[in-house]
Amino acid sequence: MDKRINMPLSKEDALSLNCGDYVYLTGTIYTARDAAHKRMYEALRKGEALPVDIKGQTIYYMGPSPAREGRPIGSAGPTTASRMDKYAPELLDLGLIGMIGKGKRTQEVKDAMIRNGAVYFAAVGGAGALLSKCIISSEVVAYDDLGTEAIRKLEVKDFPVIVVIDHTGRDLYIESQKQYREE
Amino acid sequence: MREIESKIITDTIAEMCIEANHYLTPDMEKALDDAVSNEISPLGKQVLCQLKENLSIAGSDTIPICQDTGMAVVFAEIGQDVHITGGTLTDAINEGVHKGYTEGFLRKSVVGDPLERVNTGDNTPAVIHYDIVPGDGLKLTLAPKGFGSENMSRIFMLKPAEGIEGVKNAVLTAVNDAGPNACPPMVVGVGIGGTFEKAAILSKKALLRPAGEHSDISYVRELEEELLERINKTGIGPGGLGGRVTAMAVNVLTYPTHIAGLPVAINICCHVNRHSVRNL
Repeated sequence: MDKRINMPLSKEDALSLNCGDYVYLTGTIYTARDAAHKRMYEALRKGEALPVDIKGQTIYYMGPSPAREGRPIGSAGPTTASRMDKYAPELLDLGLIGMIGKGKRTQEVKDAMIRNGAVYFAAVGGAGALLSKCIISSEVVAYDDLGTEAIRKLEVKDFPVIVVIDHTGRDLYIESQKQYREE
Repeated sequence: MREIESKIITDTIAEMCIEANHYLTPDMEKALDDAVSNEISPLGKQVLCQLKENLSIAGSDTIPICQDTGMAVVFAEIGQDVHITGGTLTDAINEGVHKGYTEGFLRKSVVGDPLERVNTGDNTPAVIHYDIVPGDGLKLTLAPKGFGSENMSRIFMLKPAEGIEGVKNAVLTAVNDAGPNACPPMVVGVGIGGTFEKAAILSKKALLRPAGEHSDISYVRELEEELLERINKTGIGPGGLGGRVTAMAVNVLTYPTHIAGLPVAINICCHVNRHSVRNL
């Protein structure tokens, strides 16, 4: 079912989304990928605050190509989420409510999603030019020195994603592959 | 002895970096069209249509097809009667990568040390494979490789007794493990034989063969066709969201090997199977 959702994602919206829903997101999301996650993890180990308050926010696993003049961002598709699996459960327990990426997640991540009522969306991998058209603005808000891996605040409009894992832990990758597998 | 000026090589590589990251070769465009026709899953078809639209936007608006503009892999076939002037061939290629990735607004995705992980800032160095060939030409092939799919690539050192069934199992294992992570529909490069590193290089070279073309060796052609059919029965589908089009091509290259071994490397590429070729 196609749905339109405002970001940041409300708790009610997160609980209303089901595995397989096609969703258009509009509003604020943040980007972070490998290096930013590692740095956030190290900050937490030292008892420091995270550079952005992630409570109720959604992280898009993405590192863009540079923007040409007059454009908010370059190519901007999802990166593989499993590399963030080591860090995601702790962030979910701190209030992160949504993740956007592509590819499989571990059971530990799913358990943390169920525990916290969170959602994992997939954007289409390798559609970075198309997805960049749904990003209205982009601002580096932390870890500027990481270049493409810095944390960015994005304003998106009708950004197309699919609910792959919902708050009950249902996984579209597993269900849909079974549906189309031929023996 | 023919002379080629290193600056020409640098400028050519720079152009190729930009071209490969914005336009796919016609065989890949056709493979994507065929995928749309063959896909039965509605969501799968929708993903494929997004990929086609993405390609069209990349070309018309000069936005890289994928934000992962890859690590630059270069195959250089250099005629033994060629002399490079004004610098080394390796420096010329790396300067071309620097220029292409900087001037072309391409992402810099290379870290200078695999464990210290500080970005080099210009996507250098490239990974360069040299071949000395007869003649006085220089053929350059640039294939930027994204790591979503590279990370799902595998190598198996099989026993000779495992034979062709062992090879098939190895390929299917790699594809099944890759699943949605490798941005399907994929192109699967397979290298069989040689040594550990030779098999891996063959599997990368296999990705350069146009989708839809097959090996000249009849049993290898049959293997390619069977593997494609079986991969497309896994149900992984476009984006890993279920469907019949999981791979668009399986390309196999073989090489003589040792009496004790059967190396099999599987280099998985996403649907953005990029390359650009120039003859200087």
